[in-house]
Amino acid sequence: MSATPPPPARANAKKELPEHFRDYKHVWVFIEAERGDVHPVSWELLGEGRKLADKLGVELASVVLGEPGEATKAAAAESFSYGADVAYLVEHPALADYRNESYAKAVTQLVNTHKPEILLLGATNLGRDLAGSVATTLLTGLTADCTELAVDADGSLAATRPTFGGSLLCTIYTLNYRPQMATIRPRVMAMPARDADRTGRIVPFTPDLAEDEIITKLLRFVPDRDSNKSNLAFADVVVAGGMGLQSAENFQLVKNLASVLGAEFGCSRPLVQKGWISSDRQIGQTGKTIRPKLYIAAGISGAIQHRVGVEGADCIVAINTDKNAPIFDFAHVGIVTDAIRLLPALTEAFRQRLSPHQRDRLAG
Amino acid sequence: MKILVCIKQVPDSAQIRVHPVTNTIMRQGVPTIINPYDLFSLEEALRLRDKFGGEVTVLTMGPPMASESLRKALAIGADRAVLLTDRFFAGSDTLATTYALAQAIRKIEQTFGKQDIVFTGKQTIDGDTAQVGPGIAKRLGLLQLTYISKIAECDPDKGEVVVERRAEGGVQVLKTAMPCLITMIEGSNDVRRGALGDTLRAARAEIVTWSARDAEIEDLTKCGLKGSPTIVKKVFAPAPRSEKAAFIEPGKNAAESADALIAAIFTRHPALEADMTKLASGL
Repeated sequence: MSATPPPPARANAKKELPEHFRDYKHVWVFIEAERGDVHPVSWELLGEGRKLADKLGVELASVVLGEPGEATKAAAAESFSYGADVAYLVEHPALADYRNESYAKAVTQLVNTHKPEILLLGATNLGRDLAGSVATTLLTGLTADCTELAVDADGSLAATRPTFGGSLLCTIYTLNYRPQMATIRPRVMAMPARDADRTGRIVPFTPDLAEDEIITKLLRFVPDRDSNKSNLAFADVVVAGGMGLQSAENFQLVKNLASVLGAEFGCSRPLVQKGWISSDRQIGQTGKTIRPKLYIAAGISGAIQHRVGVEGADCIVAINTDKNAPIFDFAHVGIVTDAIRLLPALTEAFRQRLSPHQRDRLAG
Repeated sequence: MKILVCIKQVPDSAQIRVHPVTNTIMRQGVPTIINPYDLFSLEEALRLRDKFGGEVTVLTMGPPMASESLRKALAIGADRAVLLTDRFFAGSDTLATTYALAQAIRKIEQTFGKQDIVFTGKQTIDGDTAQVGPGIAKRLGLLQLTYISKIAECDPDKGEVVVERRAEGGVQVLKTAMPCLITMIEGSNDVRRGALGDTLRAARAEIVTWSARDAEIEDLTKCGLKGSPTIVKKVFAPAPRSEKAAFIEPGKNAAESADALIAAIFTRHPALEADMTKLASGL
């Protein structure tokens, strides 16, 4: 991404798609499956891809890579339930686990063979690792971390993404190259309804890969301990802390409140940059997007980079000492006070209010 | 070992303001910093050099003032700094940026020797794309290791590295060969403060400054706006929300404030209380 706003002449550039790109057709979604589990962002993108394909009057295809076997075939079949018309089934032993070399080669070969006009991937570690390699190999445009997709009057993909940490949004086109590639953040697009009766066409594809030509080897996979695993993106209640907490030790106040609420905890970007909290807890444009029923932001100023990650919450509660903090521009309920002092009281008050025992006694 | 670290000078995002009328970034007075994610990669490069010997070169592409960030990197401990600066690079998207940087790295290898590892930041805090590292790797044919939390083993003689890579739901332990491109994730190490000697050396150091021609970048159609397949059609500020927050008056003490806040939340969202009672009791 350019850091400099472009001159107007460029923004008015004309679309002159070269002849050899004119037979690039259909919308593809890369299905991210690791160890048998499909990442939910893939289904979200099928929902969004369906809208783009319908608008363009073309087919929606899923791209499923994996080792030969049931799990890979099941992911392809499942993609029909979420809206795909076609599933490209790319099976090879070298695709058992994600590695950049084998996956980038296979996807590039598939694109060059079947020629999509749009290719969407999730903006996950895997999707961003893969998309950059594929786009550079194909020498095409890639718009990263999009929050909105649309098709404009002449059929071009208009991909909107936050820039400068979310202070601005920009809409980006890939006019004269194909495919038009974009990565999209998880939880930004709505999960489509699953229709188990929907079916589609499987198109098998055998990539030209050989394990002995792939230098990088996976020695082992160490799963996260379940107790420590963040389920932020799907939590109903989230409590997060920011620089207003002033120290890594004070972050415990956020964890205490989250624990009483049965909630997930998260943080704003500066805390991750300082190394206080691990990056899987970061909420915002470069972290997780959340859609809880209740979001409590303690000592978070609410830079737009954070805002884009939490706007989908039903109720946003902001605690901040600065009454002019941007968080109050998008919070539903705000209180101007020191989160360090309020959090322990809030934890205790919620503990009493939400305890079933307490309620029974009051009722009795 | 010879190690190269790509860094970027970025505006300090905490202090960015957008002009309310023109929707452009107001750069005046906004301090610039080394992209914070780059520092974890720089630190890892310095550790490898300290362990195995060799040298760390930092490279940046940007306006002439980006030399300030290179000087900071020298003060932290890098041995050499290269600035790639030319008006032909203005307006580059990720594809055009990786073309110029890859060419500059080739020139660095011709001039200062083959590099064993190229590091970049995981992503920048202004562009946020996380695509420049993978783009450079692909253009130079380097094995690509992104989101690395630890370099577990490194054997310069055999040319092998073992790394731990952050993946969905766990950590991949990968073994690969040098030359490779690595991006470190934040928090993977503690970035050092430069030694006094490094600070003094940095102040006097010569920064190698190359134009496109100096770096032997011949195909200028692949640079800047011309070389960018993407175009920015529209830049706009996020729509403000019409409704402002309902402010709760703080009480005499924290307990009163807490009660008032909870009352306001449940008044606004009556269904929440039942949901949260279930959640709190682990049902």
